[in-house]
Parts: sequence; C-alpha cells; structure tokens
Amino acid sequence: MSTLLDKLWDRHEVLRREDGTSLLWVDRHLVHEGSHHAFAKLAERGLPVARPDLTFGVADHYAPTRRGVAQDPRIADMIDRLSANCARHGVPLFGLEDRRQGIVHVIGPEQGLTLPGLLINCGDSHTSTHGAFGALAFGIGATEVAHVLATQTVWQTRPRAMRITVDGTLGPAVTAKDIALNWIAQLGADGARGHAVEYAGSAVRSLSMEGRMTLCNLSIEGGARFGMVAPDAVTFDYVKGRPYAPDGAEWDRALADWAALASDPDAVFDREVHFDAGQIAPTVTWGTSPEQALPIGATIPDPARLPEGKAEAARAALDYMGLTPGRPLEGTPVDQVFLGSCTNARIEDLRAAAAVLAGRQARVPGMVSPGSMLVKRQAEDEGLDRIFTAAGLEWVASGCSMCVGMNGDLVAPGKRCASSTNRNFRGRQGQGARTHLMSPAMVAAAAVTGTLTDVRPLLQGRAA
Amino acid sequence: MAGWTRHKGQAVALPIDNIDTDQLIPARFMSTPRSEGYGRFLLHDQDAARAALDAAPGASILIAGRNFGSGSSREAAVYALADAGFRAVIAPSFGDIFAGNAVNNGLCPARVEDIAPLLRALETGDKAEIDLEAQIVTLGDTAVPFDIAPVWKTKLINGWDDIDMTRAYDTQIAAFAAARPHWTQPKTEPRAGSGADT
Repeated sequence: MSTLLDKLWDRHEVLRREDGTSLLWVDRHLVHEGSHHAFAKLAERGLPVARPDLTFGVADHYAPTRRGVAQDPRIADMIDRLSANCARHGVPLFGLEDRRQGIVHVIGPEQGLTLPGLLINCGDSHTSTHGAFGALAFGIGATEVAHVLATQTVWQTRPRAMRITVDGTLGPAVTAKDIALNWIAQLGADGARGHAVEYAGSAVRSLSMEGRMTLCNLSIEGGARFGMVAPDAVTFDYVKGRPYAPDGAEWDRALADWAALASDPDAVFDREVHFDAGQIAPTVTWGTSPEQALPIGATIPDPARLPEGKAEAARAALDYMGLTPGRPLEGTPVDQVFLGSCTNARIEDLRAAAAVLAGRQARVPGMVSPGSMLVKRQAEDEGLDRIFTAAGLEWVASGCSMCVGMNGDLVAPGKRCASSTNRNFRGRQGQGARTHLMSPAMVAAAAVTGTLTDVRPLLQGRAA
Repeated sequence: MAGWTRHKGQAVALPIDNIDTDQLIPARFMSTPRSEGYGRFLLHDQDAARAALDAAPGASILIAGRNFGSGSSREAAVYALADAGFRAVIAPSFGDIFAGNAVNNGLCPARVEDIAPLLRALETGDKAEIDLEAQIVTLGDTAVPFDIAPVWKTKLINGWDDIDMTRAYDTQIAAFAAARPHWTQPKTEPRAGSGADT
C-alpha cells in the first residue's frame, strides 16, 4: 500500500535521522550558471565535487539566443564561470558550442540522463519536470547545491502525498498547460504546498512525454516541489535509445526495476483531487500569480465581486497588468509573443504553434526559442522554422531566454506578452513587463490576431 | 552559520499575498558575488513594498501575506533578506524551497495562520521578539504562537552546517553508492546519434 512517492523515497534513503529527516542519494545533479554561489561555497572549504560522473553542467539561464552577437560582458561572464567550474572539477558540460545544448529540463530527458526511478536535483524550481518519468526530481537552493556537490546526497523531509486525477478526454487544442493552469487556479498557488503531487487518470495517461513534462514542470507554480507521473510504455518508448540511457542487458534490468514504479491500488494519499478533462478550456492568466487564471472565454474578474482575501490581490494585479474588470479576456491587445522555456518549447509545442501559424502572419512581433539545439534542428528538418519566420516571428537559439530575462531577452516596461512560459510574476520577463501565460497554440493564436484569442476557431479545418 | 534562540528587533509589515522570489530579488542582480552584499536588491522593483521597508530602517522581523517566497529556488531571495538585516519572516505560508533556503541561512520562516493580530499590534509599536525555543512571536502586548518544522527549529538553534554533519556518515553513503543498480549510472560513452525527440 505504498505510493509512488514512498517507493522512490525508500529507494534513495541512505539513512533517516531520529527527527524524521532523510539523507537521500542523488543519481543526477544538473548545474547551470546559477551554481556559482554553490561552487564558491565548495571553494571556500577546498572541497572537490564528490561525483563529477553524476554531475552535468548546462549553459541555459544566461545563454544568448542570438549567437555570435556580442554579449553584455556580465552575462558572458556567468557562462565562463560555469565552464571554469565544470572544467576545474571534471564535470561534463553542455556548453554553448555543444550541439546538444539547451534548457536543462529539456536536455536531461532528451539525452537520457533523466530516467524513471532516479533522484534528480538541480538548483532550479522547475526540476519537477523530470518527475514526468517517474523520477524523484526537485529543485534545491544554493546551499543544497553545494551539499550535493560535496556529498552526492541531500537532506530532505518526506513531503505529504497528493494525487491529482484528471479523467476523461481533453477537448481540441486543450493541453497539459491548460490542465496545469486549471488546477492551480482552482487550488491556489500554494494549493499543493508541502506535498508531492502524483498526476494520474486517463487524461494524464493519454499525454505524450512532452505533455507530462509540461504538467510536472508547473507543479511548483501550485506550490508542490515534486510532480510525478508513474512510468508506462509511453515513458519507456521515449527513453529507449537515448544517448545516456541504459541498453542491452542493462535496459532489461532497468525495465524490470521500473515495473514496480506505480502507486499500489490501495495506496493512501494525504490528499486527493479530481478533475474532469472535458471541463477544461484553453486557459490564460490575467494577473501576477499563476493562480489568477481563467478560461479564455471568461471576463476579467471584478475585485469587488471576489471573496475577501482575493479582492485586494486582484485589484493590485489588474493595476499592474493594466486591465479593466468586467471586460472579456479575449480581444485584449498584446504587444508581443514569446514561445519558449522549459515548460513549453519541446518539439510537440513547436508543432502545435506552427499548426496555427502556417500560412498566416503574426500581427505582433515575437520570438521562438526552442528548448534545445537538437529540438531546433529537428524543427528545421520539419520546416517549422520557415512557418515561424514566414509569419514574421524571430527564430533564435535555445536557452531560458525571455522566460526569466537573465540573458537580456526582456519584455519592455508596460508591454504585454502572450507567453508559453511558467511565471506571470511582476517583473519576471522584465521590469514592468505584463505576462499572460498560455499554451503554445494559444501563443500562436495571440500572434495571429494580436490579441488574447481562443485558438480553437483558428484550428477549424486544420490538423492540430 | 551561528545558531540563535531569541531575537529582539523591529518589525515591519508587507501584508501582501504571493510575494514571490522574483519580487524579492529581480533576476538581473543574481550574477553579483555574495561578498558584495545583496541587501540593496531586496524588493528592488516593488516601489510600494520598498517604501514600506525604507520607512522602517533597521527592521529585522518581516510580517507578510500568504505564500511568501513562492516561485524560483533562487537562494538569492534569502540573501537579499538576510543581508538587509532580517532574521525572521512571519507569514501564513511559505514557498517550500524558499523556507528550506531560509533555514540554511539562519532566517526563520515562522508560520502564523492569522497575521491580523500582529498587524493590529504593529499600529501601536514595532518592538518585537521571536522566541524560537517557545515558538512565540511577541509584538508589544500581543504574543502569538508560530509553527515551524521541528527539524528547522533545531537547525536554526544549533546553526548546523549540513556538509560537516553529512560527512560523519561517509561510510554509509559509500556503501549506499556501491549498492546502486548499475543501470542508474549514466553511460560513460553515450551513444552517438540524434538524441532528439521524435
């Protein structure tokens, strides 16, 4: 009667202290440019990286998306620092010159570094993405990154287990992004705080690995440090043949181990929530927290009609976002679009956006940054880049880019951006930037009309 | 990191929900070495919040709304608070990663379900005290109990350093590592080929 969380936890528990804290073994540690604080802590103590063979460096947060264009030296320095730290400690690096470079949560799975049953840490809250494979994956802070570098272990208290079950069939153009924004809107941005979320149900089973990654990626936006989906044939098909994945007899042994990675039928969860996939519409955020999200057909909320406790936050959010209560969300003009990020920049996301944009023009400028350079190449092989550029959008290299703006890809103050990213926080995409989160297809629809738009009519007569 | 059990200081309130880590420190400041200090980056672009903090120079106890520190795992959000002199944040709830980061830097994330009595007390005076052992925050005549995970409380009081503590278990860790199934190791000579999604 164990949950998937219990099974993963028990497989990694080196020991448990009397106070209930576990010391967990870390199978993969992914480090990006932000690790400079942690490497500095290591240097202060003169400690080596305990397991450079299980540690992988990735340049993504500060990666320039216009390669070859001179960079701000402070930004270039961040990438140099990562390269130097990796070289000093013998840590393999997916650097800017590597054809496999990309966003850490895209290339981990793409390279087969992410596997079911592993414990994966990275100094990034969207590490929950890797839970889509049935891995125990969670984001950690710099002190913990230093600890993992030094010991290949992490101290952690077992979270409570929560299951979000989504049954039924998603409607046309309704995606994993919409499932996520919908549950976060219903339960709140701290709705799953203290919990590890396991996603289950027929609608989740029907998702591709890309969709499952999007769903698990956004767990943290609902307060959960962990998101996971039990591995199945879809998972194994995705993993098999990946460069770092096991093969031959090792593959068979791995498969045998992975077979047990599911919650037992009689497993008890601390919290269970159910959603009906058929009730979920394409969803857009209107405020400055991911919980401030509504179906595209809704009207912008009137704070006066919201319950006390939500009203003041809504008022402040609408003020920041420059929106008028009571007006339809649809038709709100946007200044630009961004398609990218660890949430929604995989090949399937690019295909979905291209299906909307094919043969059409974008009315507003926008940028498309693939999740990895391999995704970029694959998209080019499929001709997707030509659809984006013919529509008037900029096709750029891979990195975190305009999701977080560290590389200088910023939304200007007061500008409104339809974005396939994960956070609509104040200033997230740039000081004073106004972000609306939505699925890649919805971003494409916003590009085509220059407003927040229901993508579904635009897909009539087209293969989505 | 030095441990502590009691802290007396001045309180200040930002009774706003969802003060996320992007607000606490905008991303553009995070390339700064810690040695240069992060205090000046705290809530840098949030004019109203910044004004409230500036009106209470020397404040070391922050009272805030629900889901404080949600979002990114950036420990820089804690550095900004700590370097600005804060020792405790009192809020109905915290982002999980933020709270762990806070404890690792001696900053106490104290959970108080209803901050209204503290906000009322703050109208008449801002002298506050946190008693970590008793889990009580006192503001003027108002004393309110707070919640904190026992593990975190112990860690704050002792000022434990995790790396030193963990190294005491080196033998157990080595044995565990040796027993990991071989398939969990990444291939040292990864297969050539696309590795791209299909």
